Amino acid sequence: MKIHEYQGKEILRKFGVPTPSGYPARSVEEAVEAAKKLGGSVWVVKAQIHAGGRGKGGGVKVAKSLDDVRKLASSILGMQLKTHQTGPEGQKVRRLLIEEGADIAKELYVGMLVDRGTQKVVLMASAAGGMDIEEVAAKTPEKIHKVFIDPASGLTTAEAADVARKIGIPSWSVQQGTELLKALYKCFVEMDASLAEVNPLIVTKQEKVVALDAKLNFDDNALFRHPDVVAMRDLDEEDPLEVEASKYDLNYISLDGSIGCMVNGAGLAMATMDTIKLFGGAPANFLDVGGGATAEKVTAAFKIMLSNPKVKAILVNIFGGIMKCDTIASGVVTAAREVKLAVPLVVRMKGTNEDLGKKILKDSGLPIISADNMADAAKKVVAAIKQKGAKAKPKAKPKAKPKKKKK
Amino acid sequence: MSILINKDSRVVTQGITGKTGMFHTQTSRAYANGQACYVAGVNPKKAGEDFEGIPIFGNVAEAKQKTGVNVSVIYVPPPFAAAAIWEAVEADLDLAICITEGIPVRDMVMLRDRMRKENRRTKLVGPNCPGVITPGEIKIGIMPGHIHKKGRVGVVSRSGTLTYEAVGQLTELGIGQSTAVGIGGDPVNGLKHIDVMQLFNDDPQTEAVVMIGEIGGSDEEDAARWVKKNMKKPVVGFIAGVTAPPGKRMGHAGAIISGGKGTAQEKLAVMEACGIKVTRNPAEMGRTLKSVLK
Repeated sequence: MKIHEYQGKEILRKFGVPTPSGYPARSVEEAVEAAKKLGGSVWVVKAQIHAGGRGKGGGVKVAKSLDDVRKLASSILGMQLKTHQTGPEGQKVRRLLIEEGADIAKELYVGMLVDRGTQKVVLMASAAGGMDIEEVAAKTPEKIHKVFIDPASGLTTAEAADVARKIGIPSWSVQQGTELLKALYKCFVEMDASLAEVNPLIVTKQEKVVALDAKLNFDDNALFRHPDVVAMRDLDEEDPLEVEASKYDLNYISLDGSIGCMVNGAGLAMATMDTIKLFGGAPANFLDVGGGATAEKVTAAFKIMLSNPKVKAILVNIFGGIMKCDTIASGVVTAAREVKLAVPLVVRMKGTNEDLGKKILKDSGLPIISADNMADAAKKVVAAIKQKGAKAKPKAKPKAKPKKKKK
Repeated sequence: MSILINKDSRVVTQGITGKTGMFHTQTSRAYANGQACYVAGVNPKKAGEDFEGIPIFGNVAEAKQKTGVNVSVIYVPPPFAAAAIWEAVEADLDLAICITEGIPVRDMVMLRDRMRKENRRTKLVGPNCPGVITPGEIKIGIMPGHIHKKGRVGVVSRSGTLTYEAVGQLTELGIGQSTAVGIGGDPVNGLKHIDVMQLFNDDPQTEAVVMIGEIGGSDEEDAARWVKKNMKKPVVGFIAGVTAPPGKRMGHAGAIISGGKGTAQEKLAVMEACGIKVTRNPAEMGRTLKSVLK
């Protein structure tokens, strides 16, 4: 789960990580109020969206007067902010963070995440802050310092101080840097974060070490321990279809293609998407119905897939393990009737109670296209779209058998 | 022969009284030698009772002492699952298979660290996995038993249903399996591809291996490099997620730590370079394996 920068900073402050003072604002008036409350003569108006790259996209501006704050707030609020992480349509800005200005002497980078290989939290830090860290990693990996943190002892003072020095925190501020890194690690662990990034971490001209930005993501599996974090969820920032899907415990991700797919299991779902692509189609979504799908869940899945106007056909691929094929089949039939399905539907079913499932589909009288295997299903769904789309005669795909059959 | 489990394994089910635990204990017990293999269950609140004749104990150590179990299968809910795994490790079982999905990553990090530091010998499969099956002998987990066939091909995969897919294709081609292992889809888990590959290499019954991976991390690459150096048997592979959009599932900084690695293309390229025959069509996993059999 993701949260906004201002929420991330609230959490960091609780753990003793210094951040600039600031207040969130949802309107121009609130923004001006916030600036007045902060006092001073320089403020930063920061768009709050979940994507990164906000500065480059024009979502972060410096104001030198309250009038500036008002102007900038009204231009940024409501804008479609486009960054390299939002996609071409951008993300609408609904919230701002108004912060006191900072005198930046140095911009650094600090990040933490769980490294799968070592099964430890890794601290990554670099003197190249404020920049696109992926670019730094790709071009000059030697500029990124890593510490694999021992889970039992945590980030030690010696390790933290070493990193602080390596990334160029001046000697008189190293102790501050050390404390900040240790606090960040404590926050990461206690809050069950999956990612904590401070980019940039700054050293001010007043020799203070401050988190100028905060990006915290959380482990969804651990949210049951953190109702306070769950309360920070901002549904406006999420794909409405993905939000709807999560209500039914469906794992759904919108994509750009025209073939809706419903599959059980994440690996098989990805493989199904790959197969569609292999046979010339494009998946409209990733949808894992999970282990315990009911008719209600399948119906919800169909409604969600079909609410995407790009969907021209649906492919259902089920390998029954825990989930029985007959349960899915009844679900599919109910769903197809309830939504008055108007696009071609190809179903491939295998595993537990396969025959029963196929019988239910057949007996339903619905125009469901049945497929024997994944490749067959992908070919049939791609052909079904062509048949429907092209006014001309439906061309059967020439290559019936896709691969050389070697002994 | 086989790896990890066989007809002589004796299994304790942790979480035997939950809905999932009950259901899968029933179906696993009905498979091959299951009646003899499933000998104990654990639930501290129901010690002394039984589940359809399987005695329930207060903890794993007690179950081991009374029944001689050497393998545990865990269906305990996520908040308590890591502790349940530790209980099996502490009881010094040979193997713990954790089916539970949704365990907090932090719990797994702490558990794995403790297992390493205390030099525990218990192997862990999972969590968030379908389990392990040695066809014709024993099934431990949630996979449909009937799609399997006893034979000589090893299967290792991160994904549940994609494992079934591969097994189903092999069986349809008349190719049986020695053991199929689902290592689970979580970022922090027990046995990895490379560990299972080593076991298959040492197993005289296994003649070839299907390795199935997916995007993220670098486990498949590690296994591929090991295969190139050490493997005496042909390996075929598939990686799911060629079409998965970057950044959606793999976190932002996750790509940094692996130096831009973790994409399906990258994995497939490394696997090919290491002599693994890969297919980009998941419907061809079985036939690809068939093509490398002597």
